[in-house]
Amino acid sequence: MSDPILSLQAVHTDIAQYHILQGVDLEVPRGQVTMLLGRNGVGKTTTLKTIMGQWTAKSGKILYDGQDITRLPVSARARGGIGFVPEDMGIFSDLTVEENMLLGCTSGPLDSARKEWLLGAFPALGTFWNSEAGNLSGGQKQMLSIARAMAEDRQLYLIDEPTKGLAPAIVSTMAQALRELKGQGASILLVEQNFSVARALGDSAAVMDDGRVIWTGPMAELAENKDLQERLMGLSMEAH
Amino acid sequence: MIVKLLSGDKPRSAVLTAVLLVILICLAGAPFIFDGVRPLDTAARICIFILLVASYDLLLGYGGIVSFAHTMFFGLGAYGVALASTHMGRGFDALLAGSLAGALAAVVLALLIGLFSLRVRAIFFAMITLAVASAVAVLVSQFSGITGGEDGLTYKIPRVLTSANRMGEFLGTRITGKTLNYYLVFFASLILFLLLLRIVNSPFGRVLQAIRENDFRAEAIGYRVVWYRTAATCLSAAAAALAGSLFAIWLRYVGPDTTLSFEIMLDILLMVVIGGMGTMYGAVIGAALFILAQTYLQNLMGSASEATAGLPLIPDLLNPNRWLMWLGILFILSVYFFPSGIVGRLRQRRAS
Amino acid sequence: MTAAPDHRPNFASVSLAERLDGALPVLLVPVLVVFGFFAIGVPSSWLTLTVSGLAMGMMIFIMASGLTLVFGLMDVINFGHGAFISVGAFVGVSVLIALGEWTGAASLLLNMSAVFLAVVAAMTVTGALGWGFERIIVKPVYGAHLKQILVTVGGLIVIEQLIHVIWGPDEIFFNRPETLKGAVTFAGAAMEKYRLLAVAVGLALFIAMRMVLRRTKIGLIVRAGVENGPMVEALGYRLRLVFVGVFIAGSALAGLGGVMWGLYQEVITAGMGEKMMVLVFIVAIIGGLGSVEGAFIGALLVGLMQNYVAFLEPKLALVSNIALMTAILMWRPQGMLPVVKAK
Repeated sequence: MSDPILSLQAVHTDIAQYHILQGVDLEVPRGQVTMLLGRNGVGKTTTLKTIMGQWTAKSGKILYDGQDITRLPVSARARGGIGFVPEDMGIFSDLTVEENMLLGCTSGPLDSARKEWLLGAFPALGTFWNSEAGNLSGGQKQMLSIARAMAEDRQLYLIDEPTKGLAPAIVSTMAQALRELKGQGASILLVEQNFSVARALGDSAAVMDDGRVIWTGPMAELAENKDLQERLMGLSMEAH
Repeated sequence: MIVKLLSGDKPRSAVLTAVLLVILICLAGAPFIFDGVRPLDTAARICIFILLVASYDLLLGYGGIVSFAHTMFFGLGAYGVALASTHMGRGFDALLAGSLAGALAAVVLALLIGLFSLRVRAIFFAMITLAVASAVAVLVSQFSGITGGEDGLTYKIPRVLTSANRMGEFLGTRITGKTLNYYLVFFASLILFLLLLRIVNSPFGRVLQAIRENDFRAEAIGYRVVWYRTAATCLSAAAAALAGSLFAIWLRYVGPDTTLSFEIMLDILLMVVIGGMGTMYGAVIGAALFILAQTYLQNLMGSASEATAGLPLIPDLLNPNRWLMWLGILFILSVYFFPSGIVGRLRQRRAS
Repeated sequence: MTAAPDHRPNFASVSLAERLDGALPVLLVPVLVVFGFFAIGVPSSWLTLTVSGLAMGMMIFIMASGLTLVFGLMDVINFGHGAFISVGAFVGVSVLIALGEWTGAASLLLNMSAVFLAVVAAMTVTGALGWGFERIIVKPVYGAHLKQILVTVGGLIVIEQLIHVIWGPDEIFFNRPETLKGAVTFAGAAMEKYRLLAVAVGLALFIAMRMVLRRTKIGLIVRAGVENGPMVEALGYRLRLVFVGVFIAGSALAGLGGVMWGLYQEVITAGMGEKMMVLVFIVAIIGGLGSVEGAFIGALLVGLMQNYVAFLEPKLALVSNIALMTAILMWRPQGMLPVVKAK
């Protein structure tokens, strides 16, 4: 694939004395949804945080849109067009839903057409627009976190387990929104434990184990090949 | 035998060992080595401050807790002796009762402050101790009926310990009760210092260090972090109070400026940081160096200030009263560049 | 909050309970005022004391607001904050003394111009000093509390000593501007004019600060940063710049507080900031570290308590504040309005 939006080359990351990422190689093609899969604790979240800059890569290279961002501060990466939905959602619970959304726009106020689209995709946010975000339910917080990342046009979205603990109805709302986002030309790197969601959304997949990416390829190939699934991820994915 | 006395915690540096030995010998033989009142007074202060700073090191260096109430505990011990000597009359029973009462009061207060503030966040401790210590200082100066207020208290200690008690000559030096008093201070400080050294090298001390390094993990392993920190606070407070009692016995006077003031708190901080946090021996080096400098370097600054009298600003900067400013700068620099202090430096040199 | 998927939060009940909970600290102020009324028994004395308590509280709030926000944003506790209070007072009072003809005239306009210039000078100097302090003293020790405390205490010592070098070792006595002297009488109670002014300034500043925090983008970023700094950065904001800005503003406010406190006491010493820090810390702790509203309520409580107790039993004034802090921490170990920290 030529000119990916994001590529990681032999990235190593330490957290305290632990060597978490042990040479991650990963490419995220433009305009596609790339699923980052693997068992718990293999380094998926650390990979996203390293791309975002919340952990600094000890060695290796991170290229975003052709530019080396390995040593850039977090805020510069965000301003460069990377949207981040962390695992813990990062909702400002003392702030209202509206204020959370405003913080998603680094340049100026929230565009009204965009607001309409987001409220259409996530109607609950409109209902609680002026309430404190801390009072939202888990699913609503998850939607707010994603909507906040989308409040401005961004090129690449890093989304960490958006469907964790959510009801099927909310999962499908979310999947629909992500599809629309992709339809607008954005690229998405999505960490997902729920294999059926991954299969439905993903264009391509990267599977991690022990701090490395051990397989990459089209999502369809992984979805159809049970042997491959078992070999790469054990039976844990099937349980979902 | 010596290693056992030191609880197995050897200086681990030839230079450091030599310096410590020199300090020990000078302090042990002070009445015989030096002439006059002032050197002996300086030696006694060094002994007392070694104990005081070492007790603070237990808290700061080993426990990772910043307290601004250490002079308060010091003062409690001092005022304990002063009040007991005033009300019970001169006598060793008064000295003992006063010391014990002071130490007990210090432990109780430390326990209360510790349980209150360490339960929430360690950083509360620094702020709350500052508040409580200043409140106590204000109380002491306001309740002058009991404490003598700003003037402090002067009282009598057993005659045996005063210079009025002449006991003849030894090695060409007149032995008086003052000499005896000095050795009381010296040996009490030495024993308590060795005791503190034992504490930091005990399993308790090791847990304390583990908590300092990572309190979440220590808690996760199953140590009651608050309990350990509070216990360290109490132990350190008790030792500080005893140092205060020795100070009161030596000076036969207590006052807010000499025992409770924030300046002394800063002195303690400087001594422990410059000597080396978390080493215990740093207290010895820091206290000895600081008090020598305080006693003799200030004179030097005075003459330097006079010598530069014609220049603008410089005489003001070199004024002996600005002594604290240079210490402050030294303090900041040492926190940045020598966080392990003199002792850490000496040990590093050996390791490299 | 449960993570149950289709959980619909019951907003009415949740926020009612929470709102009541949040309102309790605010109610403490009138409760203390009423309590003071019965304890003092003489309405005119009570009114005088209440005004001076509120004035003192407002000034402490001005000094404490920067400290608490700086802590909230970057987890930095600045023990050197008191130095800005002293420096502000010395700069401000120097200007007032230099403008002796203006302050001595019985003209409100000239008096106020002098005070205004003094305040501007003090805030400029302390703001600049704060900027330098942040760069030299605080920045190298981010994230290390122990070193932070030690180094900022070192900074406090050095600045205090520099005040001695520049302004000499003695305290400076001076007079308030003519039109701020004396008192007005209301319902038989004498209320010093200056204290009324201090209350007005403090209140205006609190409202302005609240407006900035609630209504502006930068305020939004600050509030979000207090709760979850890393997320604010991940959204594209340079939190460090915001922090430096808040640090400078907080230092300038401490300088303003210093001028106001100096005018209140009509005497200034290099150690005044260090002394005020005790009250500032108490206020920040009982308010909930990081909370501006909490600091405001805490400051009013401390100011009122100090004045009431000073009237009833002068020797216990400072101790009463320790008692207040103890009581509040027993009730809420994190302070009255604890700041939610995302972890």
